[in-house]
Amino acid sequence: MSEPLLQLTGVHTHIGQYHILQGVDLVVPRGELTVLLGRNGAGKTTALRTIMGLWHASRGALLFDGEDITRAATADIACAGIAYVPENMGIFSDLTVRENLVLAARAGVPDTARLEWIFGFFPALKKFWNQAAGTLSGGQKQMLAIARAIVEPRKLLLVDEPTKGLAPAIIQSLIAAFRELKAMETTILLVEQNFNFVRSLGDTVAVMDDGRIVHGGPMVDLAEDRELQQTLLGLSLDAHQ
Amino acid sequence: MTTTVTTPPPDGELPRLRLDKAPLLVLPILALLALPLIGSFPTWVTLTVAGLAMGMMIFIMASGLTLVFGLMDVLNFGHGAFVSVGAFTATLVLLPMQGWMQADSVLMNLTALGLAIALAMLVTGLLGWAFERIVVMPVYGQHLKQILITMGGMIVAEQMIHVVWGPDQIPLPLPASFRGALLIGDAAIEKYRLIAVAVGLMVFVSMFLVLNRTKIGLLIRAGVENGEMVEALGYRIRRLFVGVFVAGSALAGLGGVLWGLYKETLTAAMGSDIMVLVFIVIIIGGLGSVGGCFIGALLVALVANYTGFLAPKIALVSNILLMVAVLLWRPQGLYPVAKR
Repeated sequence: MSEPLLQLTGVHTHIGQYHILQGVDLVVPRGELTVLLGRNGAGKTTALRTIMGLWHASRGALLFDGEDITRAATADIACAGIAYVPENMGIFSDLTVRENLVLAARAGVPDTARLEWIFGFFPALKKFWNQAAGTLSGGQKQMLAIARAIVEPRKLLLVDEPTKGLAPAIIQSLIAAFRELKAMETTILLVEQNFNFVRSLGDTVAVMDDGRIVHGGPMVDLAEDRELQQTLLGLSLDAHQ
Repeated sequence: MTTTVTTPPPDGELPRLRLDKAPLLVLPILALLALPLIGSFPTWVTLTVAGLAMGMMIFIMASGLTLVFGLMDVLNFGHGAFVSVGAFTATLVLLPMQGWMQADSVLMNLTALGLAIALAMLVTGLLGWAFERIVVMPVYGQHLKQILITMGGMIVAEQMIHVVWGPDQIPLPLPASFRGALLIGDAAIEKYRLIAVAVGLMVFVSMFLVLNRTKIGLLIRAGVENGEMVEALGYRIRRLFVGVFVAGSALAGLGGVLWGLYKETLTAAMGSDIMVLVFIVIIIGGLGSVGGCFIGALLVALVANYTGFLAPKIALVSNILLMVAVLLWRPQGLYPVAKR
């Protein structure tokens, strides 16, 4: 395993009176795609939001690239090199595709070569460049959300359930994009419930339940062990194929 | 969990986002409907220009407030304090420069007025900065406390005006060149109202250009829709909010100067008196929408002027009735802002 880029140690997060994360220990190795699996309500989204500083850990420590970001502000965490694609995609509906990407490019104007590279995966974004993002289809919005996260090189991408509600054809283009990002050694922490989507993408996997990490290791081990899948995820692979 | 499968449109084409013209059409339709009821074309022209002028001034006062609400979900009931403070601050320039104001020279009149407006905007901008830091910041996300503490802030500001300027009304005569009316046919149009319309249009166009042609404007529009995501892109939304709050307060100060000259009398309560109209305007327009605020302000002012002439007894409730009608038609306001 590569050296860790992100490390969560004993992280607890409270939202109001609710104790959501109950001591999460998670390592995201540099240059790898780590998948965070778990049923609804296990705490996966809370983990991502805590990393991003949108909710602060009440206990524990978060280290990113050697820096302590436990109490850091969201904007500082983003500037440190973490891009976030939330579950609801978080695109700005009233802004055009171009304006969404201009905002994401902190350097000012998006790099043309990088844009062309992104258009290679998501040609719809080029076609609807000056169209309000709110008029895009769900799949195109997800493409825009991911494009916004990669419009400039980032050290770490946090992506929350990108396949949720999408048609299979669009999921295939997302797989191609993630493979390309992996080939460029981009570090990714991907939250998913669609095991078939991530089984061939992930290098490492962590499974959450009740606010804790209950399993961690190479994806290949989980992908090849149906009994383990049944135990951890409660799924029959046959039913998913 | 319920999810919906989304597929791209078969031909790959999307419906283009069209400008919603219906609210824009309400204004000319209202004006045209009023014409036969009023009966006299010159009277209609006079009332319409008066309504547009009043609407522009209300827009200037309301535009900052709607952005503040849209951007940070802050209910600032103390916004009227900036209107009053702006108008009274202008007297620090206008009263000593009465000679310039009453001189028969447009240049001297404009110089005095320009200095007064600059000072008023500077003072209300600084006051807005202090108000946000001291009064608003501790109550982010707590609407009830925001209402109570910002209303308290307005009461304190009004009492401070009494302390500094005394309890009496202060007369504020118009500059010599802005007095009187232009006669266009049989219609008399007050010069000052035309100036108010011009200033209001300049403010609207400036805001439109800033919001649509600059990165700050992009950030404000994005922040109104989803402030959390703006933070996640690496921008400090709080700094943006303070900037918008200061700009909104300065605009309220400008509105206060214009409103004071329009009324030609200043009272400490002039800001709180106008706040009812300001809130109706931002609710009608759609909270957080500058375009909606602009249309809403013109609509409110035109209705007030037309009903004031046609049915003075109804004029007192005309804006409430207008708000009810608009919200029955569009519950989120004329131009609702997409919120996450």
